[in-house]
Order: sequence, then structure tokens, then C-alpha cells
Amino acid sequence: MAKRTIELIVNGDRYELAVDPWRTLANVLREDLRLTGTKVGCAQGDCGACTVLLDGRSISSCLTLAVEAHQREVTTIEGLAPSPDELHPIQEAFVQHGAVQCGYCTPGMVLAAKHLLDNNPAPSEAEIRAGLSGNLCRCTGYNKIVDAIGAAAKKISDTGKEA
Amino acid sequence: MKNPAIIGQSIPRLDAPSKVTGKAIYTDDMKLPGMLYGKLLRSPLAHARIKRIDVSKAKALPGVKDVIVGADTPGVKYGNWRLVPQSQDELPLAVDKVRFVGDEVAAVCALDPETAEKALGLIEVEYEELPAILSVEEATAEGAGLIHQESKGNVSLVRKIDYGDLDQMFAKADYVREDTFRVHPVQHAYMEPCSSLAQTEEGNRVTLWTSTQTPYIVQCLLASTLGLPENNVRVMKVQIGGGFGGKMELRPWEFCAAFMSLRTGRPVKFTLTRHDELAYGRRRHPMTIYSKVGFKKDGMLLAKDFQVMLDGGAYNAMGPTATFLCGTFGNMLYNYPAYRYFGRHVYTNKPPASAMRGFGAPQAAFAAETQMNMAAEELGIDPIDIRLMNAMQTGDVIPDVATISSCGFKESLEEVRRISGWDQKRKNKTPGKGLGIGCFSFISGGVFNWFNTKYNFSAAEVKVFEDGTAQLAVMACDIGQGPDTVLRQILAAELGIPIHKIRLISMDTACTPKADLGTWGSRVTLMNGNAIIEAAGKIKAMLRPVMFSELDLNQIHDLAFEDERVFVRANPKKGMDFAECVYKALRGREGEPLTARGYYTPRNKGLVSPAFSFGAQVAEVAVDQDTGQIQVEKMYTAHDCGVAINKMSVEGQLEGAIQMGLGYALMEDLVMDDQGRTLNTTFLDYKMPAAEDMPPGESVEIETYEPEGPFGAKEAGEGLAIPTAPAISHAVFEAVGYRCMETPITPEKVLRALGKIK
Ligand code: FES
Ligand code: FES
Repeated sequence: MAKRTIELIVNGDRYELAVDPWRTLANVLREDLRLTGTKVGCAQGDCGACTVLLDGRSISSCLTLAVEAHQREVTTIEGLAPSPDELHPIQEAFVQHGAVQCGYCTPGMVLAAKHLLDNNPAPSEAEIRAGLSGNLCRCTGYNKIVDAIGAAAKKISDTGKEA
Repeated sequence: MKNPAIIGQSIPRLDAPSKVTGKAIYTDDMKLPGMLYGKLLRSPLAHARIKRIDVSKAKALPGVKDVIVGADTPGVKYGNWRLVPQSQDELPLAVDKVRFVGDEVAAVCALDPETAEKALGLIEVEYEELPAILSVEEATAEGAGLIHQESKGNVSLVRKIDYGDLDQMFAKADYVREDTFRVHPVQHAYMEPCSSLAQTEEGNRVTLWTSTQTPYIVQCLLASTLGLPENNVRVMKVQIGGGFGGKMELRPWEFCAAFMSLRTGRPVKFTLTRHDELAYGRRRHPMTIYSKVGFKKDGMLLAKDFQVMLDGGAYNAMGPTATFLCGTFGNMLYNYPAYRYFGRHVYTNKPPASAMRGFGAPQAAFAAETQMNMAAEELGIDPIDIRLMNAMQTGDVIPDVATISSCGFKESLEEVRRISGWDQKRKNKTPGKGLGIGCFSFISGGVFNWFNTKYNFSAAEVKVFEDGTAQLAVMACDIGQGPDTVLRQILAAELGIPIHKIRLISMDTACTPKADLGTWGSRVTLMNGNAIIEAAGKIKAMLRPVMFSELDLNQIHDLAFEDERVFVRANPKKGMDFAECVYKALRGREGEPLTARGYYTPRNKGLVSPAFSFGAQVAEVAVDQDTGQIQVEKMYTAHDCGVAINKMSVEGQLEGAIQMGLGYALMEDLVMDDQGRTLNTTFLDYKMPAAEDMPPGESVEIETYEPEGPFGAKEAGEGLAIPTAPAISHAVFEAVGYRCMETPITPEKVLRALGKIK
């Protein structure tokens, strides 16, 4: 099958790429753009490690073809922090609350949380847990991740801005 | 003595910022110029002779750079028990015979993964199928075929423990019971699938980045299987996405990456898929456990006869250690005047089982703790009371094993009784609800040297600089549990400098001091922590002459290192900045660096471990009597991990352990068909708890001071994975009267026990 030329807008940067039509977005982000913060834990849509935002919505990039993202905005974990020496409040809260152990699930968790808070700025604990239903973590038992997201929600609403 | 303030603080992980921003680099994130992609061909059969392999078509495929089979390799067997060479039963690629579905038969590397995959399909293998032996009963039956010629009866290792007069004690017992338990296999399910990248340089040197918990073991075994000197192999630091015991051996893809890199002169990377992991990966041993136990009618334990068959799968892997430890976990919690253990590690044609968080203990404890609850019930004694009566205490001796140097077990039992509302809730029972208890004890690293290292078990190198900073070099390996932070806390406490002023070099076998046996058995904090303290002590001794001569101190003065200063303890004003002190020392040494090494090897600590942690857990469950669904409503834990170096990390270990324990008890199971194939090879089918499945928890840390541990610390991560399954099982019994003797505890089994289904 012939390659397709696609245009991706990733973390605000525009890329023109020729990709095989069967390649996943996760694969193109990691291999072609070398944005390796997006992790692949299963490549089957079951673990959420590959979560990115596509036009602001969280998706499993291992189940999304790169061609589907043509001319759309992709946010990966590398694009979340407002500047090189600042963290996004969700990232900051993950650090401070001990929500990170091995870190393999972390990029996906953080972006799932971003999607959740964008849609529900003051989620209850149950809503946070439901918001993480597509993301597996084997290290933390989730509690500190849930705490971190709750704290980030509060911080964002208190300061009235994202960072 | 009071610990420095940094000990016990909840310092956020120093590697967390790189992980939340996606900058942390794991093996599969790496790509080197000219890199080739490797893939493994695995056996589709559980047991077969290899009659013929033809790789010519695969080799001819454009883009394929190398194809290897067992006959191309040096054919050196490996295994972690180097001290017992006959236990080393594995080859990187099968020769003559395959022993499980997934056994590695050939490897390919190519310009891209798709070509490598395609090439696998072009390799022709002709097998002569042999009968597959899929259970320990079949394997040990009279006349069973042999999986490994050398192992009679398919038993690869036997471990016996025997002390006290068993017959006499059973004769004295008022109450004796015998039970048989069966526990099932589960998987580590670390989120990072295994990946390895090898690069050669200067002819026959190899550098390997690999998802491992034991860089030193990989270095040594890779060197021997390649036929190279140890020093030609360098295993280097990379982030590791979890391990839990599943990444502590040399693995075929590590060998193949290195071997093919040597052959092609190019970097070669292998990355497994989740299917590979679930279908063929290491797992926790299924076991058949027979236990006979005798009590006086007042509840005092007299004797136990514990007989275990471990279903080891096709190779030993870490099974010998699990066999050894399982016997020790069978009697670690309580005082038994007589105890006998007979453990057998049995080969079957299944993917090898190995170490997994708890290393034989979750299985042993499921049986032992469940049986304790059964006995309490029949003797009419409260399950916590019967435990208190028999519990280990500081100073108790486990015959032939160890003297317990610190133990907060009784306190844990009392605390968990209090926080769970045990007494009131048991008095006012609600139908369909129940409380259950499970307890644990665990090791802080092993004293055994089956790997036969000639080095110390742990080592640290500390260097201090005139700008007041330090560098810590350790081979210890952070797989997510946090030593990259905790070890720096220990050094910061010793030198009195802030943690961010310590640079860490870890997990590099070429430039961190030899050796470290790796991350397993909850050994890192205690062993490496002690090595760091020794190294720091030597640095302080180097700085001492500067202080004494500069400040003209009296011989009786004692120095303190705190707040980036070095001063006279009795007169804090008398002192200087740490940086200045280092500068002066360096001046005097004409620039010769201030470097010191410290080591730790447990000596005269019995047969098992230098220190033991203890704890108790209560599960509160509700069982739906129509559907059999089990809802764990709350977990209460009280545990003694000595002094917690980093409280937040200890909590994280506890919470993560509950996730695993819950999965083990209720949801996770590797289901196999009658051909030895694992059927559930996705996370959709292999169910582990998600955020919504987690019960709320309450916990108490019982602080003891472990004299053998750094600042009083001991194990805190692994033991907590042990009590959850027996606690839940007990709670289910209390709720609906179903006693699980064969894990996992499923709704189906509950309904069958309630007579609702056949
Ligand atoms: S890698 Fe995409 S969901 Fe697991
Ligand atoms: S932190 Fe390891 S998987 Fe979540």
C-alpha cells in the first residue's frame, strides 16, 4: 500500500509526514517524531499508557491510525507543561503526591486526567476513578493518582488558570 | 539515637519530574543509528523434539540481517543458581527440544520490525510432538515422561526443613487438622513490556540497555552465555517500568540482542508485546499445598507438617529460591515447637514460573493463614487472639533460620483489631458481610549466595566535591520502587547535605562499584543503605583531620555533619561549611579525589535474611448472595517496616500491594487449555484491578527500630502483597460461609458453595 502524506499538529508544531496507512498514531509519534513520552503498554487499547489528546479529547493512540489524525491537533505528554521549567498543575500534583512510581503509566494517566478536568473541573473521587477506567497502573494502587488529580483540580480552580 | 530529620520524610521522588513530562527514557524509547529490530520465533507446542529447522527462506528475505537458531549459539546453559550448576537448565534458544508453548527457537533481526516479523513466518521448523505434562500430579506420577533428562520424577529441587519432634507434638495435640490448598498462577503485569537493546564496540564488547531488576546478574550470565569475559559486558542505566520479580534473570532476548549485535556489528533491539508477556512470560508459581497442624485446645500451636509442590513450568527460573523460601514462610509468623517442610520444585510443560512479589510467601500464607482461621473457628477462639498467643516477637528464634531482631507483629495485630472495629463488628454481624484477617512476615534481602558472587552483596561509592555536593554511585536498580530517592536520602542524612546536592549514578555495571545482586527479596534499602553508610563514614573520616587541625580540637570532641556544616557536636558554633571542609581536605591531598567505598554483606545472620518485617491486614467485604459478587469495602493494615525512610514511598508500596493482592484473590488468573496454551493474553481478558476496583484503606505503621537496617529500616514493599488474599478469603467465609481452598475466589465458586448453581 502506498504511503500517505499527512499533516500533524503536535504540541503546536506542524509536521508533514509520509506514513504507511496502517501505522498507528502511537507508532508515528514515537518512531518518526521521537516523542517517546507516549508509552505502549499493550498496543491493544486496554491499558491507556498511550493516551494522548486528539483535538482535546483523550484517545488511545495505539488504536488510532496516524492518518486519522491528519490536520488535527495532538497533545502528547511533552506538550503539556507551559514552559521548560514549569510543570502543568496536574504534573506538579503527580510529583508532590507520590503518584509516580515506575512512571510507565504516568504520561497516559496525566493526559487522561487533563481530559477529565477539562470536562469536569471539580470531579468527585468517584468521578476521578471513573475517569481513569481506561488506564491501568501496576505500581501505585491508584490512590495517590486519585489524590493528585483532586489536588490539581483544586489548584486549577483556585488560581483560575492552568499554570 | 535520634535519626536525622530527612529520615522519614515524604520526599517526592527525584525522578518523578522526568516521568511526568515524558522525558524519562525506557529501553524501547531508544533508537541508535543503524539499529536493527529483533523478533523471536517461539514454539507452538508444549513439548516436542525439534527435528529440523530451515532458516534459508528467512535469511533470503530482503532487509533481514541475521537469523539464528540454538545451534548457532555457544550453547551455554544459564540460571541464577550458579552455585549449583546442574540447576542451570536454560538455553537462550532451544536445542533439540522445546518444553513450553513459547519456548524460544530462533531469532531474526532486520531493518524494520515488519520485515523481522515476516521473516519469522518463513522459518520452517519440523517438530516431533511429545506428550505434554501440564500438572504437578502428572509430572510426578509413576512412569511420567521426563521434561529434562537429568531430573528424575521431574523434580528439580527438594528442600527440607525439620526441627522439633513432630510425631510427639502431634501426639500431644488436642486438635489436629489436615488440609490441601491449591493456588493459581498470576502475572507481574508490569506496565512496561520487556525490551533490550545491545550495541557492540571495539570488536567484542557489548553494552546492553535492558528492562531488568538485576543488572549485575544479567552482566555475568550474558557474558558466560556469549563466551566473553564478564568485563566485556556493560549493562547500563535506563528507566524500568516495573518488575515485581519478573525481570530478574537473563532472558533470551537479552542474549539474542547481544549475540546478534556481535554478529552484525550493529545495534539490535528486541521489544516484547503484551501478548508475549501474558502468553509466555514468567508468572507466580501455582502450588499444591498440604498442611497438617496441631494445637492444644487453648490455641497454642504445637506442630506443623507443610508439604508443597511448586508447579515450576519448563525451567527452574527462580523456582529453587521460591521452593526454599516457601518453607521458611510456612513457619515465619508463629512459634512452632515442631515443624517439617518438604518442598518440591516440579517441572511441567508450561511457561516457567518464577519470583513474583512475595517469592513463595503469598502462596504459603494463603494456606497457612487460611488454616489458622479454620482452626480458630473450630477451637472457638477469636482469630486475632489465637495469633497473638502464638505470634513471633523480638528475640524469638526460628530454628535453623534466624533470630528475629525486631518485630512489631503483636502490635500490628492489636492495631488492626482497633482500626477495623473487629470486636464490635464481629459481635453485631450483618448477613452477607464479613471481616477477615491475614498476616505476613517478609525478608529484607537474602543472606544466601546461590548466585555465587565473589563480591559483596551491595556496594556504594561516595565522592564529595569542593562545591559542597556529592556523588553516589551504586549498582542498585530503581524499577519504580524508589531507591534512586531513598538511597540519596540515606547519604544526605549521613553527610548532612540536601538531597538535591547529590548526583546519582546507578545501575551501570561498568562504573558503579561491584556488586549489587539487584532488586528482589526487598533487599535494596537495607543492603545498599548499609553500604552507603559505610562509605559515608569513610568520607567523614577523611574530613576529620581537617577539622581537628584547622580548629585545634581536643581528642574528646565528636564531629557532627548537619545543615551543610561540619561542627563540634558539643559546641555547634565551632565548625565550618561542609564545602569549605571538603575544599581544605582536597588542598591537602593535592587534588586526589575524596572518594570512598562501602560494602554490605550479611554475615552470621542465619540462613535466610538479616531482618524480618511483620504485619496484619483485615479485609471488610460484602458478598451479593444472588450474584456471588464480592465487594471489598475496606482494607485495614498495620505493619512493621522498621523505620520508614520515606513515608510516602512506603504508603505507595502498601497501596500498590493491595492492588496486586486484590487481583490475586479475586480477579487475575492465567487460564490455560489442555495443550498448554495460555488463553487470556490481553488486559481485557487478564483482569487486574483498575482505579474503580480499589477499596478505601486505613493503615498504621508500627515503628520498630531494626538494628541491622540503615537508620532502623527494613523491608516495606513486598511483604504487603502477602496478607490480602487470605484476609479477603476469610472475610468471604465470614460473610457467606464459603471457605476458598482453591484460589482465586470467584463469584462462580461462591454461588456453587451456596448451592445456587451446580
Ligand atoms: S498501549 Fe494503547 S491502550 Fe495500551
Ligand atoms: S507507576 Fe508503574 S504502572 Fe503506574
